[in-house]
Formats: sequence, structure tokens, C-alpha cells
Amino acid sequence: MRKQATATIVEELPQGGRRPVLGRGGRHIPLSVVAPPLLVLLAVTICVAVSVGSVGVRPETVLKVIADHLIGAGTPASVMDDQIVWNLRLPRVLLAAVVGAGLAVVGVTLQATARNPLADPYVLGVSAGAGLTASVAITFGSAAVAGLSTSAAAFAGALVATVVVLGLSRRAGRVVPSRLVLAGVTLSYLFSGATNFVIFRSGDADAAHSVLFWLLGSLSESSWSNLPLPAAAVLVIGVSLMSRARTLNALAAGDDAALSLGVPAHRARVRLLVVASLLTGVLVAVSGGIGFVGLIVPHLVRLAVGPDHRRLLPIAMLVGAIYLVVVDVLCRVLVRPEELPVGIVTAVLGAPVFLWLLRRSEAS
Amino acid sequence: MRLSLSGVSVRIGAVPIVADCDLTVEDGERVGLVGPNGSGKTSLLRTVYRALDPFAGGVALSGADVRTLSQREVARRAALVAQDAAPDFDFTVEEVVAMGRGPWLRSFESATGRGAAPITAALERVRLTDHRARRLSTLSGGERQRALVARALAQESPLLLLDEPTNHLDVHAALELLELVRDLGRATLCVLHDLNLAAAYCDRLYVLHRGRIVADGPPAEVLTPELVQTVFGVTCTHLTHPVTGGLLLAFSPRRAAPVAAFGEEANR
Repeated sequence: MRKQATATIVEELPQGGRRPVLGRGGRHIPLSVVAPPLLVLLAVTICVAVSVGSVGVRPETVLKVIADHLIGAGTPASVMDDQIVWNLRLPRVLLAAVVGAGLAVVGVTLQATARNPLADPYVLGVSAGAGLTASVAITFGSAAVAGLSTSAAAFAGALVATVVVLGLSRRAGRVVPSRLVLAGVTLSYLFSGATNFVIFRSGDADAAHSVLFWLLGSLSESSWSNLPLPAAAVLVIGVSLMSRARTLNALAAGDDAALSLGVPAHRARVRLLVVASLLTGVLVAVSGGIGFVGLIVPHLVRLAVGPDHRRLLPIAMLVGAIYLVVVDVLCRVLVRPEELPVGIVTAVLGAPVFLWLLRRSEAS
Repeated sequence: MRLSLSGVSVRIGAVPIVADCDLTVEDGERVGLVGPNGSGKTSLLRTVYRALDPFAGGVALSGADVRTLSQREVARRAALVAQDAAPDFDFTVEEVVAMGRGPWLRSFESATGRGAAPITAALERVRLTDHRARRLSTLSGGERQRALVARALAQESPLLLLDEPTNHLDVHAALELLELVRDLGRATLCVLHDLNLAAAYCDRLYVLHRGRIVADGPPAEVLTPELVQTVFGVTCTHLTHPVTGGLLLAFSPRRAAPVAAFGEEANR
């Protein structure tokens, strides 16, 4: 008997990606729609963050003090309120915003240039390099690091780590993205091991505690005097990266695509890595090793607005700033009167949020 | 002349990949590059957009040696459609097509508003206008490739480079893509695996064998059974396509055992 061949018309199934891709979901929302509310939210968050602390200050008092200092308007607040708001809390909250924005922008840049979703200053060994020199400076005094302050030592460590990572990830004169991540992770372990050795050998519980606090990140050293440098660095480098958003897009599409789109992929990659590492160095110098922001904020924002760097960079900066301001408030109030290192809260708060979003985006 | 490669040799490290290749693509001409795996097709193509620099010989785009051109200038003269690969970053169709404007724009210059005309036209041309807000990962392989063709169109380069554009595509999507490229009428250099597709859609073919060009000319003259036997190690017979009247290669199994009469068996 002849077999009847049957053809069933199957409803076309959606063709999903074959593996997880970055920035899945999310509609096309123009920057002009997203940015203004985020800016307002950042301003509100900053005001609230300044008003919260061991001594509560009313938000309108915060505004009054800020207005008084900026434009000399309104009735002056009490000396104590002025002292708390203007000299103690505002520089700290602003530094949190600057560092958050900077770490987010660094993460976005590194993930595109390394074409790896896990890239961040930690994975590339830059933070760990800074951690090693900073812990040497803290433990053995600045004489051990040629008279550099802890901040300067951290910056120098970040630079040295960058040069070493770039050197190790070259093949035939070109930085290979996959090697970059491998070399970075390996160096990260090496530097962390050396840092732990320094802590272990210091024999000084106070010094060890200081190193640990520094490694986990802290904004407690903030003041008006150490705000301008990181703020300028984040602004200048942030804007220059935004001007290269198309280059980042092209690199994210792959080296051959980038080249055929007129982007000299290899030269552009090295330049972007150096710029991102310089910014990391500046940020680490003022805030220690705040982890996770550079990894998680770019992912969160990509889930929401997609991977186009023309939108991703500015939005990630704003979200990074808001995120770190909120985290810093939690660090100050959760275990009052003690203070938690920032890195603990960024991770403990960020990881569950990220995992939840990840599951949600995969389900949709 | 759009593209000319003269005496191009490529080495990766110390390993010779292709040697002494001469190749030209004239205005409006569709040229195919065929050869077995590892024969150096893609390497040769990559010298055009400077992903590889020739060890010897030179590549000229519209008369200018590519080494004298900036990467941006190269991109204004030649656009690439690579084979379908899972994207690392999930751009929307429109974002992908907008990348094609890159070589023509300054840093902060936007490709929206007045500058969006080439993007809109390219989307229209590949019939993806309705899918412009979709993310690449939600498209079929054929649609993804059409998005890349649209990116190349938005790039407005006179030369189109295609690197195995029909890989992973089903027969419908493959024919659709090659017909689309044919109808564009641009000078095209296309690396292809399928000899029948190459014969049907190219004006002229170059055959690469162990890094050297061993034949070039119209498909029917180049793809002789002798050449296919030598280069690909397969026996084939020339047939005439019953509908188009074009060349059709019928490949024989490598061990040419008599085929079981499947149809007769079934009819009994």
C-alpha cells in the first residue's frame, strides 16, 4: 500500500536567539523621553539622600541650604543644618553620583570593546591592580609606594595593570578580545592574591581592617576638594565616549563588521580600553574598589533600552548615578552608627534585582 | 573598474593562505568566488576591507590602493554582508541599518530626521519596514541577512562584498537573498559554497584551490566536470535547468554505486 505523504502547515514559530544575547526585549524609547525623568529622579534622589542620615534634615532645608550656597538666595538655615548638608553630606552624595555614573560608563565601554557581557574593571584586572598598590600604601605607609598617597598609589596600580593586561592580550600586534578577558581575569587573581598576602603579613589588625574597607569601596573620604577631579573625568570621558557611540556599536557588532563600517577596530579598541582604564583609575582612587556597578548597571539598562550605545551610554550614566546614591544611603543607615562598605551593598542589592530581571526577560 | 586585486598573497603568521591572486569586479558585475573549505576565499575577501593586509600584491577600490585610504574611506567604497551569526548584542533592525550610515557621519551627527532617508529606503528595499523595531534575535535567519543587506545599502557604497551570505539559510531564504542582491544591480563580489547558486546568480566566477585562482570566467565555462573533480573531488554532470535553461550541476555520490530505484519500488 502506498503511504500517503502528509504536509501539515504549521503555524510559524517565533525564531528565538540560539543563545542568550545582550539587551533582549525593550522597545525603542527615544533618549529625549527617558533622560529628562531620570535627571529629575537623580536630583530628587540626591536631595533625599542628603536629608537622610544619623541626624535627619528636612528635604526643604536641604534645598534651602543648596540655594543659599549657589545663588545666595533665601533665609539662611541654621549653622548646624548648613554644616551637615553642605560640608558633610552633599559632597559625599555627589561623589556617589559621580562614581556611579563613571563605573556604569566604564562597564558599558568595556563590555562592548571586549565583546563580552562579563567585562568590567574587575574582570580586566584594573581594580585589582589598584587594590594591590592601595593596600601596600595603607599597610606599609606611603614610603613603600614611593611617597604616593593611597589614592595616587591606587591610580598608579590601575595604570600598571592596564598596561600589563593590554600587553598580555596582544597577538600579532593586536589586542584580541577573548585574550583580554582571560589575561584580565588571571591578573585579577594574581593581584588579589598579592593583596591578601599583604593583609596577611601586615600583622596589624587596624591596617588590615582599613585595607578591607578600602577594597570593598567607601565614600567616607569624600570632601569638596576631592570631588572636582573625578567629576571632570567622568564628564569629559563620558561625553567623549558618547561621541564615539557609533564606534562602540560597530565594535559590538564584531571586528569584521566594524572594519567594513569604517571603524579601525584594533586601534579603536585599544584607545577605548585605555580611556576606560584611566577613568577606572580615577574612580578607584577616590572610592576604593566598588564592585558590581560596572557589571550590573549596563546590563539593567540594556534590558530596558537595548544595546544601541547612543542611548545606552547616557542612560547608564544616569542610572549608575542614581543607583550608587541609593546604595550609599543604605550603607550609612543600615547598621547605624557604623557604616557598611559600599561594595557589600551594591552586590547584595544588585544581584537579586539582576537575576529577577534576567528571568523575566527570558520568559518574555 | 570597482575592485581589482593584483598579485595578492596573504599570510597569517608565517602560513601562506592565498598566493598571487588576480581578481577584478567591474561596475554592475556580480562575481562569485568559489572553492573548497580552507581554499582562502574569505581571506581574499577580507583584504578588500583591510581586515587582512596582503603580504604581497595590492588591492584597489575605484582606482585607489586601499592602503592609502582611511578605514572610513574604504567603508564608503565597499560594504560587507557576512554570513549569519548569532549576534552578541541584540540590536534592532533599524539600529543595524543605521550603522551603515557610520562612514558618512561625524561624531555626534544623528542619522535621524533628514539623514534617515537612506535608512528608510534600505528597509523598504529589503522589505523589512514593518520589522524595523524588531530585535535581531527575534528574526529568522533570512530576515537577519536581509537586515545586513539593508545596512550595506544604507552605506551607499558602489561595491558589495558578501561572505557566504546564504549559510544557515533554508532554500527559500537563500534564493530570496540572492535575487535581492541580483536586483540591486551593484558591483558584487560574493563568496559562495553552493556551486549551483553561484552558477545561477553570478556573471563570472573565480575558483580558488589551495590558495590559488585556478579558473575564472562565465560559470558554464568554469565549472567543468574536470575542474569540479580536481578542485572539489566530486563527480558531476552538466544538465540544463528545465525551467531557466541555465546550467545545473548534478553531483554523483562519491562512491558511484547504482542508486536504488526508489520510485519504482514505491509504485509497485
